[in-house]
Amino acid sequence: MGNKLSPISKAFLVLIFLILYAPIFFLVFYSFNSGGTMYDFKGFTMEWYKELFQDTRLLIIVLNTLVIALLSALIATIIGVIGAIGIRSFTSSKAKNTVLSLNNVLIVSPDVIIGASFLILFTMAGIKLGFYSVLLSHIAFSIPIVVLLVLPKLQEMSPTLIDAARDLGASRWDVLTKVILPYILPGIFAGFFMALTYSLDDFAVTFFVTGNGFSTLSVEIYSLARRGISLNINALSTLLFVVTLLLVVVYYFITQRVRQTGMGGKR
Amino acid sequence: MMGKVMKNRISRNIYFIPYVLWISLFVIAPILLILYYSFFDIEGNLSLINYQKFFTPVYLKMTLSSFWYAFLITGISLLVAYPTAYLLTKTKHKQLWLLLIIVPSWINLLLKAYAFIGIFGTYGVANGFLEAVGIGKQQILFTDFSFIFVSVYIFIPFMILPIFNALDEMNPTLLDAANDLGASRWMTFRRVIFPLTLDGVKTGCQVVFIPALSLFMLTRLIAGNRVITLGTAIEQHFLVTQDWGMGSTIAVFLIIIMFLIMFVTGNRKQGV
Repeated sequence: MGNKLSPISKAFLVLIFLILYAPIFFLVFYSFNSGGTMYDFKGFTMEWYKELFQDTRLLIIVLNTLVIALLSALIATIIGVIGAIGIRSFTSSKAKNTVLSLNNVLIVSPDVIIGASFLILFTMAGIKLGFYSVLLSHIAFSIPIVVLLVLPKLQEMSPTLIDAARDLGASRWDVLTKVILPYILPGIFAGFFMALTYSLDDFAVTFFVTGNGFSTLSVEIYSLARRGISLNINALSTLLFVVTLLLVVVYYFITQRVRQTGMGGKR
Repeated sequence: MMGKVMKNRISRNIYFIPYVLWISLFVIAPILLILYYSFFDIEGNLSLINYQKFFTPVYLKMTLSSFWYAFLITGISLLVAYPTAYLLTKTKHKQLWLLLIIVPSWINLLLKAYAFIGIFGTYGVANGFLEAVGIGKQQILFTDFSFIFVSVYIFIPFMILPIFNALDEMNPTLLDAANDLGASRWMTFRRVIFPLTLDGVKTGCQVVFIPALSLFMLTRLIAGNRVITLGTAIEQHFLVTQDWGMGSTIAVFLIIIMFLIMFVTGNRKQGV
């Protein structure tokens, strides 16, 4: 397939990339507009950023969002790893497939269904809507992706590694912490990062289960955007874009490094 | 000996508990609760009225239009994504380009929707362009066009990714073989490339179609409530009119539709 791209193909790809990135750069560009609108660029200003950092309410919301994301990703990763190890230990493939299908339900379910059903669940269980309901929901919808990212790593690990460790006198706990976990670490990292981005990205589920008084960034942006344009959001999105880019770069390097140092696999 | 095996099995099951708890509480229970609530009317009496209501023209029309929009969004995404994925596999550094396609999908959805409010607004860039070309100002925001455009924009990376993977896995010698045997480029595409990447296409359609049925944030921000999808209806019933029963009934149908779609687009090799 070594043939070069024709000019038309190149133009097509360039167009796609332009369309994909234009809205983002558009937001960034107007975040520096002293005119206060998303048209008619009057002049350069950092005013919106200053305003952003003086808005304590918004800063608290940012903090909430980060706390929810980190906590939910951490707990989801722990439960997900446990789940993946459990699924791998199943001997019957029928049981394995059943659990895997159940695992994937929340991945394919539309956000609205997850949100609505969790709302019913929390109401019936008597959990007050707010921080804990949002945290529990985020943990819940992040677990399956962790399982899916850890499981392949477990499956490519050669069972002889565990046998060898057992023969050499390692306890079950040693096997887990000194053999299995280090081996599947790349999968765990990938799962943690995915859970983090799921949580940071989520709007619909949070929108359903957050009561009055607690808000995450997505929900806040939604209510601001419904009221119309305010360049604070642009400034905020610029900062988020930079953070996202950093996360992507970190994620990219972690997976790259991990790929190079893989060892002891079946492949 | 037996005792040790038993003990092993028990200790194995004990550490599995959090995961099993998660499955029962957050996967199985919510679905059952939705089903349970769908049998209650707004006053909390047991009844089938919600199902009767669902089969009235109002709701059927809404379901149909929701399907139509989801179909359009999926179709257009596929039409744009397939050539993009195909050309991407032919670039040097294709993994890097793919990463660049995925990056925008990591930007918060709300921010992208918000950007389009600015772009498509009355004085926005899009209208500025239309005026410069001589067409003049148009109402772009709050139309079907803006809704479909923004939806396709948001879903396109999810369509490109599985198709790219399918194309990337394809054995290049097959193309040489087709070429040697005198197949035209169109013939090669229709008989070799497309069938081999069908799994990727199916996955892509699945991950776009189901969310497209249930969009509710875009219908409010971009379509200005002109478009009502199944998702919008559920949100409306749960959070605005507080008629959880009717909302659950629509959700039940959405779940059924979801399983049907997964069944049709099934036999995938891998998850996600």
